[in-house]
Amino acid sequence: MKYVDEFRDPEKAKSLIKAINSVAHHFDTDDKGPLQIMEFCGGHTHTIFRYGVEQLLPKWIELVHGPGCPVCVLPMGRVDDCVALAERPNVIFTTFGDAMRVPGSRKSLLQAKADGADVRMVYSPLDALHLARTNPDKEVIFFALGFETTMPSTALTVLEANRDGIGNFSLFCNHITTVPTIKAILDSPDMRLDGFLAPGHVSMIVGERPFDFVAERYDKPIVITGFEPLDILQSIWMLLQQLVSGRADVENQYARIVPADGNPPGLDAIAQVFELREFFEWRGLGSIDHSGVSMRDEFAQYDAERKFAVPNLKIADPKSCQCGEVLKGTIRPWECKVFGSACTPERPMGALMVSSEGACAAYYNFGDLEALLANHRNKQAVVG
Amino acid sequence: MNAVVQQGRQRQRRKVYGDTITLAHGSGGKAMRDLIEDVFVGTFDNGELDALEDQARFAIEDLANDGNRLAITTDSYVVDPLFFPGGDIGELAITGTVNDLAVSGAVPKYLTCGMIIEEGLSIEVLRRVAASMKRTADAAGVAIVTGDTKVVHRGSVDKLFINTAGVGVIPQRVDIRSDQAQPGDVVIINGFIGDHGAAIVDARGEFAMENSIASDCQPLAGLIGAMLDTCPTVHCMRDATRGGLATVLNEFAEASAVGIRLTEEAVPVRTEVRGMCEILGLDPLYLANEGKLVAIVPPASAEQLLATMRKHPMGRDSAIVGEVVVGPKGRVVLATSFGGERVVDMLVGEQLPRIC
Repeated sequence: MKYVDEFRDPEKAKSLIKAINSVAHHFDTDDKGPLQIMEFCGGHTHTIFRYGVEQLLPKWIELVHGPGCPVCVLPMGRVDDCVALAERPNVIFTTFGDAMRVPGSRKSLLQAKADGADVRMVYSPLDALHLARTNPDKEVIFFALGFETTMPSTALTVLEANRDGIGNFSLFCNHITTVPTIKAILDSPDMRLDGFLAPGHVSMIVGERPFDFVAERYDKPIVITGFEPLDILQSIWMLLQQLVSGRADVENQYARIVPADGNPPGLDAIAQVFELREFFEWRGLGSIDHSGVSMRDEFAQYDAERKFAVPNLKIADPKSCQCGEVLKGTIRPWECKVFGSACTPERPMGALMVSSEGACAAYYNFGDLEALLANHRNKQAVVG
Repeated sequence: MNAVVQQGRQRQRRKVYGDTITLAHGSGGKAMRDLIEDVFVGTFDNGELDALEDQARFAIEDLANDGNRLAITTDSYVVDPLFFPGGDIGELAITGTVNDLAVSGAVPKYLTCGMIIEEGLSIEVLRRVAASMKRTADAAGVAIVTGDTKVVHRGSVDKLFINTAGVGVIPQRVDIRSDQAQPGDVVIINGFIGDHGAAIVDARGEFAMENSIASDCQPLAGLIGAMLDTCPTVHCMRDATRGGLATVLNEFAEASAVGIRLTEEAVPVRTEVRGMCEILGLDPLYLANEGKLVAIVPPASAEQLLATMRKHPMGRDSAIVGEVVVGPKGRVVLATSFGGERVVDMLVGEQLPRIC
């Protein structure tokens, strides 16, 4: 298939792997342990597992699967709020598909739907606005979720609703921001990452400059990366080139999509509708300053949090959950105490088991067989 | 034709009046009788139904001529929309049940038909569905010999649900079971995967995509008959309906306590289906099929079997897509065309599109 297969060419993959292997001698990984490269974005994690990229890489490179899966990092309390909104009389609650299964403390949206709430899957906030137009006697709430990638479409939808005076439409805003989160990871005391693959689709909106601080202040190389498997390999190779020559720069591997200054009309729409929250709660990572946005006062009538009484309860992550450590790369998913036992994709306990983009679910579903089996054997040994 | 069929009553059939189904059509009275005789008995047209008994009857000795075991199966059809590119709920209700019989090696014989109809459905729609069932049943060599009709209040079902059960006879020489896959065996599929699932997503029109994917809905009994003539020792066979190729292979791997290694490049997927999956974040390995069988066969007969399948109109695009290996037991591993490997597990629930 055109524009797809070119980016999945196994021959090109082989030559990239060869190039990656050729710089092995620059890194003293026998003593220090493998190089740790974090792919921030859940889309990258998905690609890595779907195409088996990890097994192609040499053992001295370890990919740390970061927190960039908006479904995974949604705290349980927010899911409870979604369910409470969805269960209000006369409400059509609209959501992206993979948010349906995220467990709240009582139930998921999928269960709320089964219990009678009108929950509908949409592909775009504009679909939700269309439902509001065609159901004037209902209140249509859109579950706005995602990083900067999905913010412009939500913002433009609110602007359209405002322009057309559609009063029965609102957002439950859970948009989150990339930069403060990367900063929080870099500030974490047990952090030992050697470099970052920056999220390609976020960068398509925000451009290259917001990542400067990673290179300048933290002296870590960072490469903006596309979502095909060759993109990932090429970016790793670019990152290694920086490490070999002792550089720490922001580089753009995904220039076919990401302009250096991002998408100005998209950024403008975001700035019109949203403002930074003081802090936002993440599953697994806790509260991070300025890591979420809420709606500006002029759009209060489209803000479900202000329009309706949202319970807004804080629910602590389960104690046995080690999502935070997995997210920072201090342990591997299968080293978590509850991986594959108390926490599975069927009954996820922690954030990372929730969506196929979450690192733990990815290992569980697509995963590294040896690791899974070794983990299984260890557990049996403990039981025995 | 057996003795009972010959006794079918010869008389004028009743006619249904009006344009839409009402609760009266399920009440057990004259309106119901009119509907059944006109739309179902009239269309399905066989002596068993004409007798209007509460059950169909068969001479055991007639069945015993074809084999030594009966296969019985049932399935319910709730597809939305009722009509989609490449098929409709009626065609599906026949092929689905016929295929569930045929993959055991059985020769499908008789079907039942239970209709649960939402009041307000147009009688014309019901006629189209019944005609499609008759056409498909004839093509598959089966007769719809008994049935049931219920009409429920608006909202109790979505337009029309159909249940069909089927009976077939398994020839003596055939023994196909899902626990017989052995290391070294070869995995064969009879063509492109995911067409039905993609056609349904498309026909629902939620994503406003323009393409031309048609369901692969087709009865497989003919193809399977030809396959068993060439290779009576097929080890495992299932039709890859809901859950797709991935789910069937997981079932085989688990039941036979073997591993299955699938080669991504070898799996036939149409460009249109791949494109749709790329856009929506779906995996064709899990998309539903309604005319695809997956067979696990001894390596010695694989090539000859493949040649037989490719000669049959329902197997023209057949391909060997993988092999059975010793382990990891119960797991399906995909060798990706990119050069990596990944486990292909069963889905937890419905395949949900990803956010971004």
